[in-house]
Amino acid sequence: MKTKIRIALAGNPNVGKSTIFNALTGSRQHIGNWPGVTVEKKSGTAMVGTTEVEIVDLPGTYSLTAYSIDEVVARDYIIEEKPDVVIHVIDATNFERNLYLTTQLMELGVPLVIALNMSDEAEKKGTMINRSLIKKFFEIPAVRTVGSKGEGLDELLRAAAKEAETSPHHEHAVGYGDDIERHIAGIVAALEGDPVLSARYPPRWLAIRLLEGDSNALEKITGSPKKAAVDAVLQSIDTEKTEAAMADRRYEVIAALLPQVCTTCVKEMNASDIIDRVVTDRWLGIPIFLALMWAAFELTFAVAAPFMSAIDAIMASLGGYIAASGMEPAWLASLLGDGIIGGMGAVLIFIPNIFILLFILSLLEDSGYLARAAFVMDRLMYAIGLPGKSFIPMLIGFGCNVPAIMATRTIEDRNDRLITILVNPFMSCGARLPVYVLLAGAFFPANAGTVVFVLYVLGIALAIGSAFLFRKTILPGKPAPFLMEMPPYRFPTAATAIRHMWDRGEMYLRKAGGIILAGAFIVWALATFPYGVEYGSAESYAGMLGLLLEPLFAPLGFDWKVAVALLFGFIAKEIVVGSFGVLYGTGDDEGSLTEALLADPSLGPAAAFALMAFVLLYMPCVATLAVIRKETGSWRWTAFSVAYGIIVAYLVAFIIVKAWPVVMGGI
Amino acid sequence: MTTLDCITPPASCRVVGISAPGMVRKRLLALGFVPGSAIEAVRAAPLGDPVEYRIKGYCISLRKEDAHFISVTSGSGSA
Repeated sequence: MKTKIRIALAGNPNVGKSTIFNALTGSRQHIGNWPGVTVEKKSGTAMVGTTEVEIVDLPGTYSLTAYSIDEVVARDYIIEEKPDVVIHVIDATNFERNLYLTTQLMELGVPLVIALNMSDEAEKKGTMINRSLIKKFFEIPAVRTVGSKGEGLDELLRAAAKEAETSPHHEHAVGYGDDIERHIAGIVAALEGDPVLSARYPPRWLAIRLLEGDSNALEKITGSPKKAAVDAVLQSIDTEKTEAAMADRRYEVIAALLPQVCTTCVKEMNASDIIDRVVTDRWLGIPIFLALMWAAFELTFAVAAPFMSAIDAIMASLGGYIAASGMEPAWLASLLGDGIIGGMGAVLIFIPNIFILLFILSLLEDSGYLARAAFVMDRLMYAIGLPGKSFIPMLIGFGCNVPAIMATRTIEDRNDRLITILVNPFMSCGARLPVYVLLAGAFFPANAGTVVFVLYVLGIALAIGSAFLFRKTILPGKPAPFLMEMPPYRFPTAATAIRHMWDRGEMYLRKAGGIILAGAFIVWALATFPYGVEYGSAESYAGMLGLLLEPLFAPLGFDWKVAVALLFGFIAKEIVVGSFGVLYGTGDDEGSLTEALLADPSLGPAAAFALMAFVLLYMPCVATLAVIRKETGSWRWTAFSVAYGIIVAYLVAFIIVKAWPVVMGGI
Repeated sequence: MTTLDCITPPASCRVVGISAPGMVRKRLLALGFVPGSAIEAVRAAPLGDPVEYRIKGYCISLRKEDAHFISVTSGSGSA
């Protein structure tokens, strides 16, 4: 036996691959990035007897053509990295469609083991799969597994370790009929004339891909001395027709096999169907979706509220303790109190919200409802140039843009996803609300609610307009075709939902936390130095910066205090309120701050409204930027997001200030 | 013969062929839209589009503009 083997987990999306991966590797997993692509690869280790096993979780794919980056990643890993064995995880309740990928994996000529996952569900439905017949026909061992309960996983690993010792000949799994086989033989003969190429890729596999007109396969033979010979064969045939014929043949092979290997009861109306009749109903579908989302938010804020006030109280008492301790030197006390604890507070306060929202979302996703939500909303989103799946991130954006942008991971198409990410900061997150409450309360006491509502609508309108603009200019194209599998409803388990929540949320803690802390430190330093000046006063570096920026903001009617507050607001937008407290010397006491704001001659209703719009639209907060950087994998798009936000904010604020006297004068 | 987007659910039909361009075609083929496959149009979304179909024992939803690429036998009433 080998002392160390590598196993790749392959399979369709949503077949429980990750559940099996997590169960096999336990806590010893780590997450890494593929070079050059945003798709994440997970790898972890396990032991079979004395053999160390490295397990790699490949992206879920329907086939191994080059339809999406996921598929290319999955098949390139298998071809280029040559794992010792591939475990093909199959959803036993959806056996026929899953076998299509099996035929393609077989053509790759790697040792294979099939995991018949979710077997318990299949058996409940009356589907029995004969594993010894699979072994007989395909020469592939099949293991019954239930990933969620950990059943069959030891056997799976042992079967994989055993299969890794073999050198199978699955390449001829599917016979394509005389005509196509003749073309395959022709191309194989040509490819075998290039020993480097044929050592690297199984010639029959490459020939099949080439016949299907696979662009990625064509790239692989570029530069080969035999390319001309291959091209000669390809030119004589119609690849589109051949491709359809080949897919047809694969399904024919499967169809011939199916009645022998698998016995299934007649499909009857099941629970999924009944639920779907209600949640996708012509009249009820959209109201149910909106009600569920509203409930998710209400629940998030209701459950998070006590945690938030607890965190707030702890931070306040810590800050108070440091202030009262008379710690020397004073700058250290200030760094700890104003900088670190103030900055930590800004990060920690959102954690309950983010984690609870991600938990509820994971429950909805695991249950299968999110697929229905996308189904229900797709038409509306398509009208503004976005796929149905964009709706959820937009909605989460009202809570916090950080988990919202993380939720865009379910969108496959790159341009679709980028647009959804870039317009997300315009969805008015909860952190902006304190700013609206303060300013609208001070300057529009009679219509505060309406003003806040108008700001939300303004954000939505600009998000839609921007999506439209991006679609027409820098990120062209139509929303990716909506070919979405509708999984059966499953009862979500708390353990899985917590794991999903943690997968998405821990990154906020680590990366965004680090950046926010660094940002808080910088702001503190700017407000404190040169040493000896009053914290946040005009003489501090922050004040100087404010005065420096003042001319830029002059057309909007903002003075240096506003400029400083906006600068600080970059850390987290609610800091704008606290900064006003410092700058107007009133602390956080809202009553006296309101009076101070009203007494400031540079601020009036027009400037206040423009300021609120500016806070809504200008650059995303530092946590959001950190996530944009992480999710787009590009500093360029992150910088674009900053620049676009500032430009839009400036233009809108300018229009408000200039149009205000005209419009308000006319009423 | 007609195209899949013209089949109003609930109804069933069979695939005759696919005329979709490149990548969509590959995906549709992989998903089981090969000639002869039985398709059941299950239900339409509240705004009429997309439509959910059952094929090869599982469910998938397609926009009408994508379903238009799939030519099918004329629908045969409720499945």
